Amino acid sequence: MKDASFKPVADCAVLVEFGTIVDDDTNRLVIALDQAIASSNIRGVNEVIPGMVNILVNFDPLQTTHVDIQNAVEALLPLNQQTTATGKQHLVNICYEAPFSPDLNDVADARNMSVEAVINAHVGASYRVSMYGFAPGFAYLSGVPDAIQVPRKTSPVRDIPAGSVLIAGPQCLTTTLIMPTGWSIVGRTDVQVITEEPDKPFLYDVGDHVTFRRVGISDLAGDVQ
Amino acid sequence: MSTARFRVIHAGPYVTFQDGGRPGHMRFGVCASGPMDRTSFAAANLSTGNQADATSIEVSMGGLALECISGAITVAICGGDFNINCGDESYSSGVVTTINSGQQLSIRPGKSGSWCYLTFAGHVDVPQWLGKTATHALSGFGGGVLTSGQEFDILNSRAQSELNGPIPAFQARKFGGHLRVVLGPQEQHFTAAALKQFLGSEFTLSDAYDRMGVRLKGPSLRFGGALSIPSEPVLKGSVQVAGDGVPTILLADHQTTGGYPKIATVISADIDDFTQLRPRQKIRFHAIEPKSAIMLARVRAIERRSYLETLFQ
Repeated sequence: MKDASFKPVADCAVLVEFGTIVDDDTNRLVIALDQAIASSNIRGVNEVIPGMVNILVNFDPLQTTHVDIQNAVEALLPLNQQTTATGKQHLVNICYEAPFSPDLNDVADARNMSVEAVINAHVGASYRVSMYGFAPGFAYLSGVPDAIQVPRKTSPVRDIPAGSVLIAGPQCLTTTLIMPTGWSIVGRTDVQVITEEPDKPFLYDVGDHVTFRRVGISDLAGDVQ
Repeated sequence: MSTARFRVIHAGPYVTFQDGGRPGHMRFGVCASGPMDRTSFAAANLSTGNQADATSIEVSMGGLALECISGAITVAICGGDFNINCGDESYSSGVVTTINSGQQLSIRPGKSGSWCYLTFAGHVDVPQWLGKTATHALSGFGGGVLTSGQEFDILNSRAQSELNGPIPAFQARKFGGHLRVVLGPQEQHFTAAALKQFLGSEFTLSDAYDRMGVRLKGPSLRFGGALSIPSEPVLKGSVQVAGDGVPTILLADHQTTGGYPKIATVISADIDDFTQLRPRQKIRFHAIEPKSAIMLARVRAIERRSYLETLFQ
């Protein structure tokens, strides 16, 4: 069990950090604390936002203070990771065919393997929703196999279509908006992370699990051109 | 029930529909959006008899010109020092007036201030996302960005010329370009010299200023530690420093996470005043303790409440 450190942020948040290196154990602690805070009833908490190695507890300064929030969170520690809810399983379509996978060849070259081997590694892995970040519905999926991990590109490429499946390091991401990205584009999905359902506007909860199912272009739902 | 209809003659960049914002979805990558200057926004709404968080138009320095094409409605304009023409009359901002069918309303930047709010006595009928009309800049979801030629309706519109007149200013606002911050959460990534420069130097707002944030110009802040950190949640007011040593202050439409170290975070009591500065204006950072920041938030809440209460007269 790693110790948590606490940093006051402005007048309205406390950053609770379990480490400085991204790894599975640290992210599981973040998810466990997220769930523990959700099932507690800490006065004055507005919003809790999980990151890769830390979690931001956003509070109302008219109701509470950094010190009270820290004390309330410390009372939830140590976390029992065994009791962490396992998370829902999601199976989502991915198409690795051209023109949806412009960077597959570069990933294969960088890792000295065939394109088919890259695809098999990517589609065979199980991913955990570690956090959402940057833009609406951008779920960071941890679990890209070591063999196909590649760093970010040195400069971003503009106007990547929504539904692109990207990888960088151990992270995989499916995009929801047209965006620039420095990540490698390996495929296209038809999953709608922004659901348009008022009761559950985002498909995944942090801590859920995602696996991909390989499909052809004609099997992708909706307009993915 | 009456309806007033408007046509957009001209809308500069970053002129958007905003309600009180969409808090509570940061964990799904959605920042709260909402008005850059929350007090002026609330004052404009209350002055037209609306709820404080009703949908309004946030006008940028790009300006806005509208034509009332049907109906008659009372409107308020409050925020930075903007010049207003309504029909044959001219005003400065901080005013309630009533506009009739066939009249034009133009709002252009005056001597100071970056944003002002146009509110309507009635219900602005624009799209919602996640139950709110605040425009989310990155996606365009919500009420949206105003564009020339666009038309929109105000439902349940009220023409209440008895409300016409000036809106009193928020006297507690006496921001002199000193921005109070709590250091961190990654101040330890910077050299001692960089921290000293951060707190001892003047910074200038650059032209790279929009609803997402503003890049500053000033001394380059050197890192002692890592140039990037694992992606972590950020807030409105986060002062993040990119690899080139240039600080950016994140604002209402900030991305929800970032991998750049944050040297400090601006306290919420100072952010709204800060957003009314213009490019090329200067600021200094002043570090305070977290518990002082809490106290200042509470003082500001009381000042703000008593100001807004005077608008109910």
